Amino acid sequence: MADVVFFALMVVAVGGAIIALEAREIVYGAVGLAGSFFGVAALFFLLDAPFVAVFQIIVYIGAVAILILFTVMLVRQERWLKDASFSVGQLAGILTAGATAVALILAFSAAKLWEVTPSSNPPDFLGIGQLISTEFAPALQVLALVLAASVLGAITLAKVDREEKVKA
Amino acid sequence: MNTLMDFLIVSAVLFAIGVYGLIVKRNALRMIFAVEILINAANINFVAFNRYLWPSALGQTIVLFSIALAAAEAAVILAIVVVAYRLHDDIDVSELKTLGG
Repeated sequence: MADVVFFALMVVAVGGAIIALEAREIVYGAVGLAGSFFGVAALFFLLDAPFVAVFQIIVYIGAVAILILFTVMLVRQERWLKDASFSVGQLAGILTAGATAVALILAFSAAKLWEVTPSSNPPDFLGIGQLISTEFAPALQVLALVLAASVLGAITLAKVDREEKVKA
Repeated sequence: MNTLMDFLIVSAVLFAIGVYGLIVKRNALRMIFAVEILINAANINFVAFNRYLWPSALGQTIVLFSIALAAAEAAVILAIVVVAYRLHDDIDVSELKTLGG
């Protein structure tokens, strides 16, 4: 049973990623990316990390995917649909990606990682709260500054300069 | 129960797809998709190794920070994409010469 669920989630995560990159229409690509995020979040549930999974759904699907979808609809152009010819660069990309996957899987296999059994009690989210409020408290504050700076930067970049437009 | 290896294989495949996207695609939005896929692959590794090899929730905490940083990064990159589109009417990265040094 668990294997069926795992296989289905793997198909959702990997298939969503492939759709995100290869769909002709880039809006479908953005939706595929959201599907891939959802598959990864479900994998987090299987790994006994419900807090991270819900955080992933809220932040990635709720914020990042919607932001990407709106940007895609703002900048989309019909002529992107045309370039579907198979190029040498695409072949090189497939070869490199395949080599990366094979190398990673061989390295993991060489470490005999399939023999590892999970510890009986999974880490719960009390541990996350303790870590965030003690060891990672400075990192949390820096993260708050980073988020504020990035939002300010995004607003400054995307701001339309109305006065200049009136002059021109 | 799945083994650690299953999750690592999913993560490796996702990572390979992200690498492929970064190499092949010249559309800035597709490259953002590829970067997000790469970040997700790394996050799966963090949570999987945390579940199987480490007693505390250290890996999950780091993934929370990683997700928040990815959101901040996406906001800035998308603003840059909108500005580039406004200036050049396209977001092909090989055409955006003015962003180079």
